[in-house]
Amino acid sequence: MSVDTSLRFDKDYVNGFSSSRQEPAWLQELRLQALELAQNLPMPKPDKTKIDKWNFTEFKHEATGNPVAFNELPEDVKALIGSEEEAKNVLVIHNGTPVYFALEQAVKDQGVVYTDILTAAKEHEDLVKKYFMKSAVSVDENRLTALHAALFVNGAFLYVPKNVELSAPIQAVYYQDDEAALFNHVIIAAEDNSSVTYVENYLSTNENTESVANIVAEVFAGSGAKVVFGAVDNLAKGMTTYVNRRGRAAKDARIEWALGQFNDGNTVSDNTTHLIGDGSFTDTKTVTIGRGDQKQNFVAQIFNHGKHSEGYILTHGVMKDSASSIFNGITKIEHGATKSHGEQTERVLMLSEKARGDANPILLIDEDDVTAGHAASVGRIDPLQLFYLMSRGISKAEAERLIIHGFLAPVVSQMPLESVKKRLVEVIERKVR
Amino acid sequence: MSAPNLKIEDLRVSIEDKEIIKGLDLEINGGEIHAIMGPNGTGKSTLSAALMGHPKYEVTSGKVTFNGEDLLEMEVDERAQAGLFLAMQYPSEVSGITNADFLRSAINAKREEGDEISLMKFIRELDKKMDHLEMDNAFAHRYLNEGFSGGEKKRNEILQMMMLEPKLAILDEIDSGLDIDALKVVAKGVNEMRSPDFGCLIITHYQRLLNYITPDKVHVMMQGRIVKSGGPELAQRLEAEGYDWIKEELGIKDETVGQEA
Repeated sequence: MSVDTSLRFDKDYVNGFSSSRQEPAWLQELRLQALELAQNLPMPKPDKTKIDKWNFTEFKHEATGNPVAFNELPEDVKALIGSEEEAKNVLVIHNGTPVYFALEQAVKDQGVVYTDILTAAKEHEDLVKKYFMKSAVSVDENRLTALHAALFVNGAFLYVPKNVELSAPIQAVYYQDDEAALFNHVIIAAEDNSSVTYVENYLSTNENTESVANIVAEVFAGSGAKVVFGAVDNLAKGMTTYVNRRGRAAKDARIEWALGQFNDGNTVSDNTTHLIGDGSFTDTKTVTIGRGDQKQNFVAQIFNHGKHSEGYILTHGVMKDSASSIFNGITKIEHGATKSHGEQTERVLMLSEKARGDANPILLIDEDDVTAGHAASVGRIDPLQLFYLMSRGISKAEAERLIIHGFLAPVVSQMPLESVKKRLVEVIERKVR
Repeated sequence: MSAPNLKIEDLRVSIEDKEIIKGLDLEINGGEIHAIMGPNGTGKSTLSAALMGHPKYEVTSGKVTFNGEDLLEMEVDERAQAGLFLAMQYPSEVSGITNADFLRSAINAKREEGDEISLMKFIRELDKKMDHLEMDNAFAHRYLNEGFSGGEKKRNEILQMMMLEPKLAILDEIDSGLDIDALKVVAKGVNEMRSPDFGCLIITHYQRLLNYITPDKVHVMMQGRIVKSGGPELAQRLEAEGYDWIKEELGIKDETVGQEA
């Protein structure tokens, strides 16, 4: 494979990009260093998926959106966040520009910081500096993480102080209707004994023009903190996506992931949680539908470092048409993580002869005193089930629709958030029609 | 609504290139209840599966019309839409879909778009019919047949029949594995449906279900054909004397389909 050394974006460009946004010096410097790394680092190598023909590096970088009032938001976006009454804590970013923002005074009064990440980099420089691509996702992991640091356009920063428990979810919508790339960065830092729920939606409309999404989310749960992270990815066919969602849980912390991965384009997705502290806990639930001829690679992985730490992975995926996906679940129990527990289930249902699904549960255990388990299944739709449903007058398409909903229901019904559940059912509905 | 008519002429059915039904004729009209009896392995269940359009069974020749239309040309769902119903011997389990959602989809599949059954009306109907079948209402919210006992599955098949109101129902060994109380409940369901607009074909080994549902006609199936037909008295004689006298009368040594050259 030839290494593409001539990135379209050079030092002058990145310098100018950063300056034009009045970014603090440390960020500008970080971007420039990252750019250099991007020129030399190799591409990521997802297991069993060849991505050397995928375009992650050629794209239009900048686009703009215009700030709007709530009722001027596109209907698609309003459908995601609810009414103005409901959407009290929400950030909407359109083509990289924050276009709508609301945060309750009561939330602000508790010292919560929620804002777009550029504003945060200026107004809460130390906080952002502390977390940005330091320990969850590193700049120098590969060419794409470096490129992300060099060129990320916007994102969200959520900081919850010690002992603050937020009941209402904090929402974000990132939508793109320009062919420009979507480089988004999210940081959630929940200090000791705090509790927060964050729900994000990715949306794009570029069916035919080629574009790139390079997304990073970093979640930090302090001692005894709880973070529920819901995400529904719904990027259009033209988007080739590389997304990393990583969490680090301190002592007795809890991170719950509820992910609906419904991109229509080629996607490489990594969801990794490090259970650093003793007694920490994570639970990853994901549902996926692949369709058309898209190729996807999903990794859900959990590292148990702390004693008595617990990690759970539950993935259900449906592959239609000639879509193909790799699902790797990785439970890594480190030496010294005594009494820890890991459990994972991956299930894949294929609807057509040409669809491909591959589920690989992987347990890597370097400690004796632990418990772990896994289950995986890959299968085609049962013709007798179809016959049974059709024998009641239900058409083949409708029967398949019911079977898909049914197959995904055990995960959807366990999702920790009603709004995410509802949204997942809607997206599934649209995808199976 | 016109009275239904199912007409089967010289039907031949194969599974994996082995002929199971070997030239079968039968006509069922609205208001009639027919019973097909016969020992194991004589092709009874194959007949019911083939009529519904089971993907594994191939109709190699013959003609089946349902209310004058060519049944064999229809897809499985079209057969159901036309008013045919099969209560299966081994209903599939479908995880993640509740019984109620499934039934509502099935009812709405028969109705025009925009004319779907209202949720309230549906629930009322469902409650009524479940009561009639002495089914716990909790079954409405359980996943379709998942973890149901044999008897619960059979009751659920009858519940579907009552909700969907077919013109012609085939009950394939609906009595197998049922205790006497469940049998009575199932019979109650079928008798409730009895009308000039409803025909029924009961496939069974045993006469005992027919104590509760009196058939108009009884047929005996052997070697993939109907070999004898009569009234309810035929079923009683079979119960008392078994099948040997028929085999003797017709010179049949082995009644099953498999052994025949």
